[in-house]
Amino acid sequence: MSTSHAKAAEKFLRDQEYAKWHDNTFFGVRVKRDIMAREVPEWETLREKASQIKMHTLSHLDKYLSQFADNAEKNGVIVHWAEDADEFNETVLSILKENDVRKMVKSKSMLTEECEMNPYLERHGIEVVETDLGERIIQLLGQKPSHIVMPATHLSNDEVGDLFEEVLGSDKGNHDPTYLTYCARLSLRNQFLTAQAGMTGANFGVAATGDIVVCTNEGNADMSTSCPDLQISVIGLEKIIPDYECLAVFQRLLARSATGQPTTVFTSHFLKNRPGAKPMHIIIVDNGRSRWLADEKHRQTLKCIRCGACMNTCPVYRRSGGYSYSYFIPGPLGINLGMLRDPKEYSGNMSACSLCLTCQNVCPAKVNLADQIYMWRQQLPDFGTENRQKEMICKAMTKVMDSDTLYNKLTSMAHLANGVPGFLINSSLNPWAKEHKMMKFPPRPFHSIIKDMDKQK
Amino acid sequence: MSSRENILERCRNAFNETYERPNLDDINPLTFKDPLQQFQATSEAMGSRVINVKPGEDVNSIIRDVYPDAMTFASALPEITIATINPDTVESAKDLNKTDVGIIRGEFGVAENGCIWVKQTMKERAVCFICENLVIMVPGSKMFSNMHEAYPHITFNENGYGVFICGPSKTADIAQVLVTGAQAARSVAVFIMPE
Repeated sequence: MSTSHAKAAEKFLRDQEYAKWHDNTFFGVRVKRDIMAREVPEWETLREKASQIKMHTLSHLDKYLSQFADNAEKNGVIVHWAEDADEFNETVLSILKENDVRKMVKSKSMLTEECEMNPYLERHGIEVVETDLGERIIQLLGQKPSHIVMPATHLSNDEVGDLFEEVLGSDKGNHDPTYLTYCARLSLRNQFLTAQAGMTGANFGVAATGDIVVCTNEGNADMSTSCPDLQISVIGLEKIIPDYECLAVFQRLLARSATGQPTTVFTSHFLKNRPGAKPMHIIIVDNGRSRWLADEKHRQTLKCIRCGACMNTCPVYRRSGGYSYSYFIPGPLGINLGMLRDPKEYSGNMSACSLCLTCQNVCPAKVNLADQIYMWRQQLPDFGTENRQKEMICKAMTKVMDSDTLYNKLTSMAHLANGVPGFLINSSLNPWAKEHKMMKFPPRPFHSIIKDMDKQK
Repeated sequence: MSSRENILERCRNAFNETYERPNLDDINPLTFKDPLQQFQATSEAMGSRVINVKPGEDVNSIIRDVYPDAMTFASALPEITIATINPDTVESAKDLNKTDVGIIRGEFGVAENGCIWVKQTMKERAVCFICENLVIMVPGSKMFSNMHEAYPHITFNENGYGVFICGPSKTADIAQVLVTGAQAARSVAVFIMPE
């Protein structure tokens, strides 16, 4: 009865040394986040304000979306709306075709991953070059991101070095990260200069002014849009915020939460095309979001600003890796987004949570990630994806817990289970005996010992 | 109905209740007694070299001192007389590639994170990213403590672009090792300008 996540995690954990490295690496980012948060005395106020701004914006999203689109159009931007991934991909392709684009450079966007845009465009003869270093490595390897902010952190410098030797012709055996980064820089520089279009995602869309705001450390969103003649920016509709006063709150939270830096190196505001360049395009994408907005229990997921802090802190993510989740976004956020996308398809991630709540305690927008996972678990029978064995056990436990007589009888007899030979109780038929030995039951239950102590008084 | 109308209609009907916009005046954010001093410290921590320009000093000779091996300088600023290429008059952004040093002006700095607001005043903003090294001149008298103070002061011109920059381009995408000089400038020198 193992879930898809449990099975994948088991494979991940076979290499204990690697698992330990992975755990420590991501917890290191969590620690950096803590140091940053403590330097800001008003940190908790900021989180609360961020959450309130998001709920306010989401509950007035029609107003703010129209305002954003109208202002962008006033700036001279061509605004498109896409109901789903298909409409999005078709829109991108038609813009590229109209402008004779053969190669497009792009900065990181989880939205284009969600819509599987790259393979779609490649099928239609357009070369797409990822320019975030981590994304580029993943693209060259034919892999998917294992994390939303640090997509290639699961790889070692030796793996990247071997790849670059083969693809970029880097020096054999030189796997120094500084050298490898320089090799990628030279190769990507050529891509920036020869592409006809540049695409960015969006960290924020500001309704009052109509600008797209993109935060990067590498400067690749700016390189992607300051060389080619055509800029396309894509934004999921939940990324809209009212104005700069609100943006200041999120700008302060984002990088501190994501990587433990006081800011990203670049916070870029795009209002329109460069002088002499072709008009800028913005594509606003729904792809399920407006439907999720109406789900009272789970709409809070849309408050997310995609910092990845919930993954770095999650004990399950750290010890099972991004690829153990069946949805393309891993960790607590991915569990929830997968369930919103298709609960039948992605219920296999439901077990990847110990309900320790660390995710919602670090989330800069106070998304109640673990509370929602708990709620989804209650909903599993609605989708027919519940674990029948656990359901039966819970029903039996309810009977036992509801009856004093039954409870006392069973706990006083529990020690008899100690006599069952170990090879039987620790067998593969007992899922609770996996990865650890079953406990020994005490000869007498706790409350009968207490009762006797009371009598002796 | 168009996609726009469909999407907006679903958003309109999604909520039964509404949430008020929170008051953001009571955040009581971190401020610094000496924002300039904090700005310098944060900028250095983020990997920039900070240089205090004294009144009457010629920035051109300071730039030459800081980058003794540099041959090419890109700037559209009239006071940068050592400029060998001008982002206002180049035919294309590509012409700025491989320039040793780009020199631009920032409008103000932010103490808490070392950000400098740079408005696109030149034709090709690539000069801010494509050069190997970047010099940003920022007036020492224009410093804010935090982003709440800074955001009301950002402005744009008809070019419709502006960016907060803090230090050299960097990445830790290979094995979590921090490397400066990813896709944009490999080093940044912040020149703090006198009145």
